[in-house]
Amino acid sequence: MSAAASRTTTDLPEPSLPDPDLLKVLRTMALARAVDERCMNLQRQGRLGFYVPLEGQEAAQVGCAWALQPGDWVCPAYRELAVALTRGVPLRDILNQLYGNSADLSKGRQMPNHYGFRQHRFLSASSPIGTQIIHAVGLAYASRYKGEKVVAVPFFGDGATSSNDFHSGMNFAGVYKAPVVFFCQNNQWAISLPREKQTHSSTLAIKANAYGFPGVQVDGNDFHAVYRAVKEARARAVAGEGPTLIEAVTYRMGPHSTSDDPRRYRTPQELATWKARDPIERLKSELLARGVFSEAQFESLQEELRSMVQKEVQEVEKMGPPAATSLFDDVWASLSPNLEEERKEFEELLREGVIRP
Amino acid sequence: MTEATLIQAVNKALHHAMKVDPDVLCLGEDIGVNGGVFRATEGLQKEFGESRVLDTPLNESGIVGMAVGMALYGLKPVAEIQFLDFIYPAFDQIVSELTKFRYRSGGQFPAHVVIRTPYGGGIRGGLYHSQSTEQLFASTPGIKVVVPSTPADAKGLLLTAIFDEDPVLFMEPKRIYRTATGEVPEGDHRVPFGKARIVREGSDVSVFAYGSMVPTAFQARQVLEKTGIHAELVDLRTLVPLDVDAVVRSVEKTGRAVIVHEAPKFCGFGAELAAILAEKALYSLKAPIVRVTGYDTPFPYTLENLYLPSVDRIGRAIQRTVAAG
Amino acid sequence: MPPAEPSAPTASPADGAPRVPAVPPLEIVPLPYGKKELSDRLGPPWEERLHQMYRGMLLGRVLDTRMLGLQRQGRVGFYGPATGQEATSVGAAMCMSGQDWVFPGLREQLIALLRGLDLTLYAHHLFGNDLDTARGRQMPCHPSAREVRYASMSSTIGTQIIHAVGTAYGIQLRKEPAVSWAFFGDGATSANDFHSGMNFAGVWKLPVLFVCTNNQWAISVPNEKQTAAPSFATKADGYGFPGRRIDGTDVVEVFTTLSAARARVLSGAGPELIESVLYRLTPHSSSDDPSRYQPKGWMEKAKAYDPLGRFEAMLEKLGVFPASEREALRADLDAKVRTAIQEAEVMPPPRTDSLFEDTLKVPAWPLTEERDSFDKEQGGNFP
Repeated sequence: MSAAASRTTTDLPEPSLPDPDLLKVLRTMALARAVDERCMNLQRQGRLGFYVPLEGQEAAQVGCAWALQPGDWVCPAYRELAVALTRGVPLRDILNQLYGNSADLSKGRQMPNHYGFRQHRFLSASSPIGTQIIHAVGLAYASRYKGEKVVAVPFFGDGATSSNDFHSGMNFAGVYKAPVVFFCQNNQWAISLPREKQTHSSTLAIKANAYGFPGVQVDGNDFHAVYRAVKEARARAVAGEGPTLIEAVTYRMGPHSTSDDPRRYRTPQELATWKARDPIERLKSELLARGVFSEAQFESLQEELRSMVQKEVQEVEKMGPPAATSLFDDVWASLSPNLEEERKEFEELLREGVIRP
Repeated sequence: MTEATLIQAVNKALHHAMKVDPDVLCLGEDIGVNGGVFRATEGLQKEFGESRVLDTPLNESGIVGMAVGMALYGLKPVAEIQFLDFIYPAFDQIVSELTKFRYRSGGQFPAHVVIRTPYGGGIRGGLYHSQSTEQLFASTPGIKVVVPSTPADAKGLLLTAIFDEDPVLFMEPKRIYRTATGEVPEGDHRVPFGKARIVREGSDVSVFAYGSMVPTAFQARQVLEKTGIHAELVDLRTLVPLDVDAVVRSVEKTGRAVIVHEAPKFCGFGAELAAILAEKALYSLKAPIVRVTGYDTPFPYTLENLYLPSVDRIGRAIQRTVAAG
Repeated sequence: MPPAEPSAPTASPADGAPRVPAVPPLEIVPLPYGKKELSDRLGPPWEERLHQMYRGMLLGRVLDTRMLGLQRQGRVGFYGPATGQEATSVGAAMCMSGQDWVFPGLREQLIALLRGLDLTLYAHHLFGNDLDTARGRQMPCHPSAREVRYASMSSTIGTQIIHAVGTAYGIQLRKEPAVSWAFFGDGATSANDFHSGMNFAGVWKLPVLFVCTNNQWAISVPNEKQTAAPSFATKADGYGFPGRRIDGTDVVEVFTTLSAARARVLSGAGPELIESVLYRLTPHSSSDDPSRYQPKGWMEKAKAYDPLGRFEAMLEKLGVFPASEREALRADLDAKVRTAIQEAEVMPPPRTDSLFEDTLKVPAWPLTEERDSFDKEQGGNFP
């Protein structure tokens, strides 16, 4: 094994942030959970077309995003709701995307959870696995070239470590010492494929050895551990010392998506084991133990968040779909001649009622 | 004969092939324990074991490339790409390798791989679970491109594909995976490549379609039948090899042509059909050829129903073509 | 990574310090073996093994010299020499069995020849003539030889790596006592199919040997710009199996290490990556000009690690295979190469029909139509 062996940072008893900040952290994690629960229900009721839950990964996502600066680039996969919330993306914008309505900043072009928020340097997510990893390297290189002291953070899962763009992204970042923090949420399952069938390497963090920079494995359900690891990696990257791979070991407590049934491939015992490690419960009990707040306060916080989500959903459901002719926008900077012809024909079909929006 | 859906027919074909030939094996993402995200490979791993139904790591060029190696060795791998939209990391393996092996080695190293993949829109899948890009593959010499539209064809064409000797891209119309039902012959049912299916005969206009557009075009045809327009619906079944005779003969008979596909119009497969008709049946044409296709944009999410050719759009195009001359 | 400046190829990190001096001298560094050591490593009859090694390496060198000459005279269109890689090709070929499969990169043709590809047939391929099994469809140095399980190679970098893995899966499934060999260069470690190939092989513990011939240059890109990893062998860490680094200019080390690795792989212990460190002693190909990117004098210094020269220097010291015999062997091989070339050069190009063959097993429309009208289109006088 080479010098850049992986290490494990667990058992960090010291809180990483002052209590008021930790309360905000807990609130963000609980908000993500409230959105998740609501949306899973909405999908079951047929009010939402599809949904990708993140239940179980809140500490990993919030912990990572909390250690970043507003100028940093976030390159998400499709499970990064809590990252968006931490970055300050308004809940309304998130829900509009889920509904793909006329107020959706992405104009209803993508499936739910494929958010993109330019203002928050939160890149538009794609369904193909791992493609954002190499984009992050390009963003990081360009930011440094422009003199910005920022990092780019691709978010990806255990499955994505097998993808082509993980390989190219890690390799290019190593060669150019690009300011990238590779953030892998190892949630144990790539749909139905367990982590041990994804790769034969002992950890995912060790994969950094192949590219000449450090890989760190952390307990992804421990907010403090994730926060500290990312903060350190970010500092290294900004100081010009190159990229870091962080493997946050966590668990996807829900299905891969609303189209998936995890009972086909994993046991209830496994789920129970991980439910006992619920990251929200963990931070909450720490704060309770230190007397920072009470169980009653937490319950009323949950109540408040649920009703806020409820209200926002009501508002968002009032919106209609995007305008029919928006179909032809944004393919090109300006409409191409053949597309213009297609749009004319389309408008004619609309007028004649052949097409009914 | 048993009644089955299109996806069940796919499963039956795979099951039959694996049962009769120990060299047939399947590989892809989530196809084993999970039976495939659409359940096309349901039960196969249980029956044939993990060594013949492989859950692969998440890498499509790995899936196709490994299948190439297996085929070079003498196995008959059937690779599944979870969605056609995810095939592009493997494009290099398909275009540079799979389609070139036979040719570049003077026939010494044929690589017979079947790539099965669900394609097409109408399932609220947005940009990355909806596309139809058959033209990219049909214009690459060295791979056959097959698109069934009925359960019987799905089984018969897939078995032909598995026991063929050339690479085959087998595109499964996922929107009609469960809505297309019909009788499926038991056992070794084969449907030959390069033979189009005349779904309904007609005298006024030829309608060419394949995959999930066949039932949609069929509905349009049936509506118009009542108004006295008799359209001949031709299901192409295989784009490569193409039944060019059937295409030309039909238009020689009807004098008019409407071409339907989900893919965008520009450089789509319809352009090839139109060119064939211009080359071989120009003097039979009484009206301009019309294409009813997806628009030349990426595939949308919310507005997908406006994007896809509908019964109304196809019906109107047929009507106008007949009225044009 | 080793710097672009030639330095001693280091031994595997596992077996300690580099064996050869760190400062490269301008003369050949002889292989460091005495008779006792050779006998220990190669076993009896070690002299015969030495002869086999020498003959193999010399064949490669003679062929390269002759073909580069022909290319300069415009008699062949292209040539990809393997000068500097002979020790690795020969060492590898010597520990393979007939049942093993070879998935080559650009510079492994010598392996095909040593496995039994007929020299004249190979010459037909170099001229792309009518007797070429591939009907002149590929550039020179891309042979296919089914009969010796030497897969048709591609110009696309790294794609063969995953093919080797697929074939290894077949070997494992049918329980054949064979190993699938993937050869590739330093540049290919950055390719997609290196990643998928290494990963898939690890997951299924397949009988594959990955041999990375690190010749320091991917055309103009030196190692340190190819990856930030401390070695290419280290990359195996990411896939959960061993990676070793060897002196690829030392045919004895190549042979002994690969023999051991092959035995390990064959026993079902899973794949292994071997980084064979060597020096590309010629341009990337006949179309390349290294003076544009290599430091001045790089290649001259690298010649201190010419595998053939190192081997000959050892023979001198050992006094086992006198110069006169070596010269006779060279003359013999040169004559064989010349004969093969003469035979191949006079053959006509492939018949035009072959243009339309082997795309699919049975040609489909429109190719059938294009074939049928070909003579008419080509034959007539225009206008």
